Amino acid sequence: MSKRLLNVLLPAATGALFVAVWYVVRFSMGEEMQFLLPSPGDILAALHENAGSLARAALNTTQGALLGFAAAIIVSSALALALSLSSLVRVSFYPYLMLLQMTPIIIFAPILVLWVGPGLHSVVVITFLICFFPLVVNTTQGLISTDRNLVELFRMYRASRAQEILRLRVPAAFPYFFTGLRIAATLAPIGALVGDYTAGSSAGDGGGLGFQAIIFSSQAKYPALFATAAITCVLGFIFVAFVISLSWLVMHKWHDSYERADA
Amino acid sequence: MPPAPLIELRDVTKRYGQGPVVLDRVSLTAQPGDFVSLIGPSGCGKSTLLRLIAGLNPVSTGLITVDGNTPEQAAAELAFVFQEPTLLPWLTVGKNIALPQQLRGVPSADIGGTTQKVLDLVRLGSRARAYPRQLSGGQKMRVSIARALSLSPKILLLDEPFGALDEMTREHLNEELLAIREHQAWAAFFVTHSVAEAVFLSNRIVVMAAGPGRIHAEIPVPFAYPRTAQTRLSREYHDLVAEVSRVLRSVENAAA
Repeated sequence: MSKRLLNVLLPAATGALFVAVWYVVRFSMGEEMQFLLPSPGDILAALHENAGSLARAALNTTQGALLGFAAAIIVSSALALALSLSSLVRVSFYPYLMLLQMTPIIIFAPILVLWVGPGLHSVVVITFLICFFPLVVNTTQGLISTDRNLVELFRMYRASRAQEILRLRVPAAFPYFFTGLRIAATLAPIGALVGDYTAGSSAGDGGGLGFQAIIFSSQAKYPALFATAAITCVLGFIFVAFVISLSWLVMHKWHDSYERADA
Repeated sequence: MPPAPLIELRDVTKRYGQGPVVLDRVSLTAQPGDFVSLIGPSGCGKSTLLRLIAGLNPVSTGLITVDGNTPEQAAAELAFVFQEPTLLPWLTVGKNIALPQQLRGVPSADIGGTTQKVLDLVRLGSRARAYPRQLSGGQKMRVSIARALSLSPKILLLDEPFGALDEMTREHLNEELLAIREHQAWAAFFVTHSVAEAVFLSNRIVVMAAGPGRIHAEIPVPFAYPRTAQTRLSREYHDLVAEVSRVLRSVENAAA
């Protein structure tokens, strides 16, 4: 059997098994408890029923996630470059970067709403904060992990500091940067959702998926709640797919991770 | 009076920080056209010696002059071939070779011609658009040598460039290196672990001893250039390989 076919069949089989287990669990719960675990069919129906409000919410969340994600990429790249230039700067800032990562953003979410205003602003800031850390850590690591031999090669040819950074350190950091980007891409929709969960309710435009989740939850519309989660997953997949395509575009010609076994 | 040497090392001592002495009062000269091999047990400082000449590290005491200048000032006349091919994986072969010229500010109109010329020298003229990962180990090393030659250096410093290659590839590249030298008159310092390689390539072999690193003996290689695969079959070649091996073994036994 061809490898390509297996790559499709195996995940499909796993998925089918998962759905089967789902139905078995649901069936064994007894009729009066089954509302706690809607069937995939129920969820699809809820998706259809709430299509309008879910689509509007998904759009809002996507917007917040994209803006926060983009801001995190720009700021983290600049900061990573600054951190990579001097180990003194790194030592000074690293503990506080760690601190930022350890800070449970969700606790500060309500106060962030007061600081930057409700709705999109808060969602963007929270998404930014959540995406920022994996990006800055990975990119910095990439910028300082340049192959020593290549650095010496540049020194041998008396390259300027700017030449060394632009022509050597930055491209050498691409694989690390894309690793961070992939992590951040999975976090961006979740970050936007968390932001929206606390900060979206007071926005004028009906909020995003987080706000929808609050509404469905309060109305005990569990199939619609699952549908909201499903849409967030799809959003995450789209983000990740975008990053994977981008990293393929940039690196497939030269990076070992894209080398086909039969090439 | 003999002409001023191309490279002169006078009482060169090197230690890193407060560490042990890596090189102890090494004195050595090389003339244009010399091919000097440095051979010795590990820890004898032969690679360090090469890095000092390259200006990659400063000497602790003593003096190195390259064509009358310090190694730092003579950067344009030196090229270094590292143990690894050290190619930038994200650049094509052609762009890898163009890199030193770009870093040195060679006008871009001149870069293409030079790049093609040195690629032809290492018989990879058709692979300019390939990426390093598409090349074999031997081909990568040839690109690395082509890159070093792209700035027409007077002195080529080679730090065990063929150490990671199989015997056959190594012998071919040895022959190629000498063939290229028929066209370009650079002097070479060549660090190696292989006695056969040292004898085949050089006109002088410097045997070094370890602990601290110092020059133990200097053995001239009298065979005329051009040398070819035939040279390896001669009686004199085998006798000299045996002789150098004997000297090397005596150094290693003394250290043990």
